[in-house]
Amino acid sequence: MTTALLEDTTRDALWSGAVIDADVHANVPGLGALFAHMSPVWVEGIKERGWRGPISVGLAYPPGSPTTSRPEWRRDRAVPASQLSWLQQDVLDPWRSEAAILNCYSGVDSIRHPDLAQAYASAVNNWLIEEWLGRDERLHGSIVIPARDPIAAAREIDRVGAHPRVRQVLLPVRAERLYGQRYFNPIYEAAVRNDLVVGITWGGTAEDAPSPTGFASWHAEEVAAETQLYLSHLTSMILEGTFSKFPSLRVTVMEGGFLWVPVWAWGVNKKWKGLRREVPWLQKTPFETLRDHVRFTVAPAALGPEEHTARTIEWLGPDNLLMFATDYPHRRDDDIGTLLKVVPEGHRADLMGGTARDWYGL
Amino acid sequence: MSAAQTTPEQRQKVAKYVVAKVDELPPGGRLIVDVDGRSIGIFNVKGSYYGILNRCPHLGGPLCVGDVVPDVTSEGQGHMELDESTMWLTCPWHNWEFDITNGQSYWNPKRLKARPFSVEIEGGRAVLQEEEEGVTGRVKGPYQAEKIDVEVEEDYLVVSLRPLRPGQQVRPAGPADRPTPLKEDR
Repeated sequence: MTTALLEDTTRDALWSGAVIDADVHANVPGLGALFAHMSPVWVEGIKERGWRGPISVGLAYPPGSPTTSRPEWRRDRAVPASQLSWLQQDVLDPWRSEAAILNCYSGVDSIRHPDLAQAYASAVNNWLIEEWLGRDERLHGSIVIPARDPIAAAREIDRVGAHPRVRQVLLPVRAERLYGQRYFNPIYEAAVRNDLVVGITWGGTAEDAPSPTGFASWHAEEVAAETQLYLSHLTSMILEGTFSKFPSLRVTVMEGGFLWVPVWAWGVNKKWKGLRREVPWLQKTPFETLRDHVRFTVAPAALGPEEHTARTIEWLGPDNLLMFATDYPHRRDDDIGTLLKVVPEGHRADLMGGTARDWYGL
Repeated sequence: MSAAQTTPEQRQKVAKYVVAKVDELPPGGRLIVDVDGRSIGIFNVKGSYYGILNRCPHLGGPLCVGDVVPDVTSEGQGHMELDESTMWLTCPWHNWEFDITNGQSYWNPKRLKARPFSVEIEGGRAVLQEEEEGVTGRVKGPYQAEKIDVEVEEDYLVVSLRPLRPGQQVRPAGPADRPTPLKEDR
């Protein structure tokens, strides 16, 4: 998304109104940064074993891949987006964002050790709250959880969820189970209890395939295929009755695109009309349920030709479901100018900030 | 008199058709009859009788050959129970559900409706009298060939083709709804 240099235009030429950036990232610069936020017993254990951190960070975002960071946002050999000042200079200031949702995909999902997973998640959350949220009032954070262990995850949500600038719980899209399964209910219960959004984000366990039917050979293939996982989780959550069980649950789809939504949702609606007796807790159509409970960040937008994109966005329905995001520091080639042009005029202020303000209670 | 034999003037007047003897449609049973060119399903649901046009409003499937199933209700994730007070007629093509009492679809009851017809029980004497007055006709089958088929001591199912007014419920024909003259016929 046009950001660091706003390419050939200015922020005001693109959009003069308020901006909320619904997806920016902080990266852990190195394990050592977390040691001050972790129990000494784990620091000692990590050092003794020479453990180098969760492997799925590098799998979701290969360090040298062009998608992992825009070249302007790389600084020598440093981990992109690993310092607050870089986030400020690169996106928050040029966009004059009044608020941003800060996500740290930290790969907790690839830690099999049940206690280390909890300790690591807590350390990341403490680090994010102290080193980032505590130093810039525009930032509102997402917390990470050991999602393999929903009871421990709920405990972590309760531990930090009441922090006034914690707004979201991250679930990585690659998981060993579909998120509508009741196994995950303690997580949703805790999210609702703490008035937090559940954000499904890129990345996740490397132990299951990145597509619904198997492993891709290439990173390019994986990046393209992984979008299907968002469809699988949303289908699961809607039909399994997650939103019937938790009527106030809000879910944000991040880095998953959104133009696939109407066509996919029509299909799910059609199946529901004929098979809904199996899932009687779902009393609205799946698409209506999605409109009530799900929002999408727009990076990557993966836009098509303008006239087709405009029509597809119209198919999303009467209300704006989209939230502006830069997805800093990931390199997205979408053009926010085109997106602003194709969304209905009445939706633009919501797209750029209004929807995120309401959704996250900012 | 039969539908095929009615003149246009008579057809305007004929609004009810004898479709079967009551005994021929036991509880749980159905008949699909041709009435004045329309295929109509007649159902006996626990002693109440309902008529539905045999054409699904979705894509025109033969709605009335589909299953008749009780509602499944839920108070939330993982909870379900049968509610036999609502019975759905399900289209064999896409399994869309229509309330057998009024044709309303499950998912879009206001805008998507199968067409209902009211079915009443009339005694043979009333049927014969109305037939002479040209109000009631007979459908093809045993009720068409000879007048003698309608016998005064029998009860008959009579389907009305008059369109229901918007919002009007079909009155199910059942033992409690039986018009009083029937008793006299017996």
